[in-house]
Amino acid sequence: MQGKVVGSIREAIVLSGLRSGMTVSFHHHLRNGDYVLNLVMEQIAALGIDHLTVHASSLFDIHAPLLDHIKSHVVTKIQTDYMSARLGRAISEGAMEEPVEFRTHGGRPSAIETGAAPIDVAFIAAPASDSMGNCSGKYGKSACGSLGYAFPDAMHAKKVVVITDNLVPYPLVGWSIPETYVDYVVAVDAIGDPAGIVSGTTQITRDPIGLMMASYAVRVIQHSGLLKDGFSFQTGAGGASLAAAKFLKDVMVREQIRGSFGLGGITGYLVDMLREGCFETLLDVQCFDLKAVESIRTDPRHMEISASHYASPTVRSSAVDHLDVVILGATEVDTDFNVNVHTDSGGSIMGGSGGHSDTAAGAKLAMIIAPLFRARLPIVTDRVTCISTPGRDIDVLVTQAGIAVNPRQPELQDRLKQAGLPVVPIEELKTAAEKVTGVPTRPAHGNRAVAKVISRTGELLDTIYNIPRR
Amino acid sequence: MRRSMLFIPGNTPNLVVNSPYLGADAIIFDLEDAVSPGEKDAARILVRNTLRYLDLGGQETIVRINAIDTDYWQKDVEEMVAQGPDLLMLPKSSRPEDVRTVDEAITRAEERAGARRRIRLMPLIETALGVENAYAVATASPRVAALFLGAEDLTADLRCQRTKEGREIEYARTRLVTAARAADIDVYDTPFTDVNDDEGAWRDVETARALGFTGKASISPRHIQAINTVFSPSQEEVDYAYEVMEAIRMAKEQGRGAIALRGKMIDAPIVARARRTLEMAREIGMERSEA
Repeated sequence: MQGKVVGSIREAIVLSGLRSGMTVSFHHHLRNGDYVLNLVMEQIAALGIDHLTVHASSLFDIHAPLLDHIKSHVVTKIQTDYMSARLGRAISEGAMEEPVEFRTHGGRPSAIETGAAPIDVAFIAAPASDSMGNCSGKYGKSACGSLGYAFPDAMHAKKVVVITDNLVPYPLVGWSIPETYVDYVVAVDAIGDPAGIVSGTTQITRDPIGLMMASYAVRVIQHSGLLKDGFSFQTGAGGASLAAAKFLKDVMVREQIRGSFGLGGITGYLVDMLREGCFETLLDVQCFDLKAVESIRTDPRHMEISASHYASPTVRSSAVDHLDVVILGATEVDTDFNVNVHTDSGGSIMGGSGGHSDTAAGAKLAMIIAPLFRARLPIVTDRVTCISTPGRDIDVLVTQAGIAVNPRQPELQDRLKQAGLPVVPIEELKTAAEKVTGVPTRPAHGNRAVAKVISRTGELLDTIYNIPRR
Repeated sequence: MRRSMLFIPGNTPNLVVNSPYLGADAIIFDLEDAVSPGEKDAARILVRNTLRYLDLGGQETIVRINAIDTDYWQKDVEEMVAQGPDLLMLPKSSRPEDVRTVDEAITRAEERAGARRRIRLMPLIETALGVENAYAVATASPRVAALFLGAEDLTADLRCQRTKEGREIEYARTRLVTAARAADIDVYDTPFTDVNDDEGAWRDVETARALGFTGKASISPRHIQAINTVFSPSQEEVDYAYEVMEAIRMAKEQGRGAIALRGKMIDAPIVARARRTLEMAREIGMERSEA
């Protein structure tokens, strides 16, 4: 029953044939509770391997030790879809010589599959695995639910190492990734901190402004003409988006609308919608809370899908292309409806596209919920600091001061106006925001590129430049 | 038109800047109970600057100053009057003398500030003595534009539990409505304080309207829609008001004195009510439904 099990992460690295200059990959299903990336990079550094590319579907603050590996040139390049603020700040201040390559959750699997961003060794954190590498995210103390983002890595990396803290007898029943892709299996004490993997409950906002925007968002959906039997829907895990999901559920239950599917990162609120008959199924690329994890484990209508199936633009078809409505957030929106989710208004990296531009491109109605201002900063502005999702893919912006419809959608604009919704030109929202905050002076940035934003189809969308050190 | 009044703590910048967007007819910037003693100055400065700089559109502005048994109220009056809010709300208004004391302070402050229009007063009745003195308080000064019932402090003073059903404040409610109407001013009901109970809020708003209140205050933006809806005329009421006005116009043309509509005599109170309904309908953009 030894199978592919090797004694340590170090041994697996050696056996994989990893050498300097290669690319290693990681998924982010353990989110800010992930131990695996740090454990692997520590061993790689100890082995004296350097000049690596880290190809991770997302990076969180728990991965801050990466900064040391960057300093010592163990890591010289990063490819990712999302980077949280602490790492982002260091990168923005110029921690790396080579710019980070940001892709999207659909663009990443596409780049892996087409060979634009190949992987030498994939390290797959697995909450349950057998000795042959049949593995799943649904079981064990570190359960995270879906392993959707790890599929392209498993299927296309030259070598695949599964790292688990829950080694079970062969065969694991209900695997996600089958043994056919796996070279080595390593058992460790813990692959992550359950508290950081998924939150116990994701809470809807109690902020009255967020609730107000959520109720506007639902009225937009109601009057869009899309809310009928067969309806499909995705929403983020932000407070206002979750409130919108809850309000939408109330409408669908009241009006007995039977939707088709809920998509994306799945929260308990979408699980509630499934259970109350709002959807036939959930297509889950990532679970955000314990309720979603429990549901994907026990409810056959709650399906795990790969990142590619979710959003790749180069497969034969993917789920985002069947999406009716997506609700998304923004750190900035400009008067051309371009959205920034990569940087703050000062130009410091604090996020990334994730599935933002994939779903915006695919959905029939892509809606942004954003307040007019946060603290002293206007959110609706002349020009976003960074273009994450191009304005041509955004249909509606919902703020507390009114709803702006992209002029590309005159019919939708008429529908919403006729429904008595407060539809205003986006320039008016910008003016209202600046009336309160003033027009902030844009902080100067340097002329060294610290990150490239690559669209889901592989073109350069924008470049992020270095900012002064704090 | 003032159906809904929303309390916004004077020391919460995020809510204060968003006050134009919360749907309330009037905003009550609170310097009193929502603001702890250590924050009084900060709140006063924030509210002062808000009144000075923020475009509140057509919203009415009310400032709840501190009660006259505190050390804060005179400074509140001094600084707020200079910014010209529409009304000042005076908490714990128990006796007509309380109102007159503040009235005089406002007059002095208005003279110093060279104010062009007279700030009105909304006494907050929240003591047993205040309830018993309601008519005297309502008529204590020509500035008094409305009475406002505060049930939380009142029930403490009455030594009874505050309940969602509100049987304990039935007397105070009807007493205030009667006193305010006798003085020909408006009258506002106490907030429903469970922000998570939407159904309870609707019921409480409907009770207030049935008793004759002009409108109701809220501590949560969530209840504003209920208040605005319940205190707006229904389509049937608007249509009936149009019919009443038409009937009296036709009667005048034909030189008839007594008029009947739908088998009922139209008398002066019905006409007055119809006029008020149509005035409100115009303000909120309601029209007669197509026959």
